[in-house]
Amino acid sequence: MSFAFLLASVFLACAVEAVEALTIVLAVGVTRQWRSTMLGVGSALVVLAAVVAALGPALLLIPISALQLVVGGLLLIFGLQWLRKAILRASGYKALHDEASAYAREVEAAREAGSVRRFAVSDWYSYTIAFKGVLLEGLEVAFIVLTFGANQGHLGWAAVAAAAAVLVVVAVGVAVRAPLARVPENTMKFAVGTMLTTFGVFWAGEGAGADWPGGDVALLGVLAFTLVMALAAVALLRRVRRAAAPAPTPAEVH
Amino acid sequence: MRYVKSFGAFWYDFVVGDDPVVAVGVIIAIAATAGLVALGVTAWWLLPVAVTALLAVSLRRATRAKG
Repeated sequence: MSFAFLLASVFLACAVEAVEALTIVLAVGVTRQWRSTMLGVGSALVVLAAVVAALGPALLLIPISALQLVVGGLLLIFGLQWLRKAILRASGYKALHDEASAYAREVEAAREAGSVRRFAVSDWYSYTIAFKGVLLEGLEVAFIVLTFGANQGHLGWAAVAAAAAVLVVVAVGVAVRAPLARVPENTMKFAVGTMLTTFGVFWAGEGAGADWPGGDVALLGVLAFTLVMALAAVALLRRVRRAAAPAPTPAEVH
Repeated sequence: MRYVKSFGAFWYDFVVGDDPVVAVGVIIAIAATAGLVALGVTAWWLLPVAVTALLAVSLRRATRAKG
């Protein structure tokens, strides 16, 4: 059960980050130059591979209770941040993440930037934007893959789930040649935030020495608790927002 | 020095994020759970309760900041 849960969590989290990275890469590649953009993507992937290769085996050497404590704590902080943003978006307090407008902003910036040649890169702007975009989105993916994989002893499967998510997103992006604006990104982020928080609570609790009633089955209970809590927060904030909104004028009513 | 500062700022933003209260609260909640376990008290319930409280505080801070 927790294995399937692990794969689903890693796949969803990686898909979300891949959609955001794809938007940046497409905008720079289409507007400026594909060669430098792809060099930037390649360089970032090399750095990410090095991070995973260096930290993956090191994490497996840490005693499981210490790993659960640290990883659980970090996942809990990460998960609550994701969940907080997703709740604020779902309740209307924060603008929904929109890939189409993010793409338009990136295209505008890419058009206005000057062109500089550095080392073997003919367009330094395309290279650095693609490098930064893929590296920053990828670091979070690498963290999730490493922590989930090492904690559950399925580092290889976590990496497969991450690679599958990236491949699916890239394949769809290449097929439609446009940012994936129709992907229900905010819903996916809500799901990922719920899953990260669930695993964070469960592992941090185990790492701190607490015994969950029912053992691993308690993970389902924590998931249900987190989901209900998050949905209740959305419902409550929507009510507060509606109550605080000014009453419509007669013209608006008609 | 500028690079060290940006490097530190990047990792702070990466780990702590928008609301440091959440990060500090999580650390305190885990330490309290470990403390209760050391005293022989059943402590599995503490983290779910702490998470609910932290999320409520963080959301309240965020919605207040937006007026």
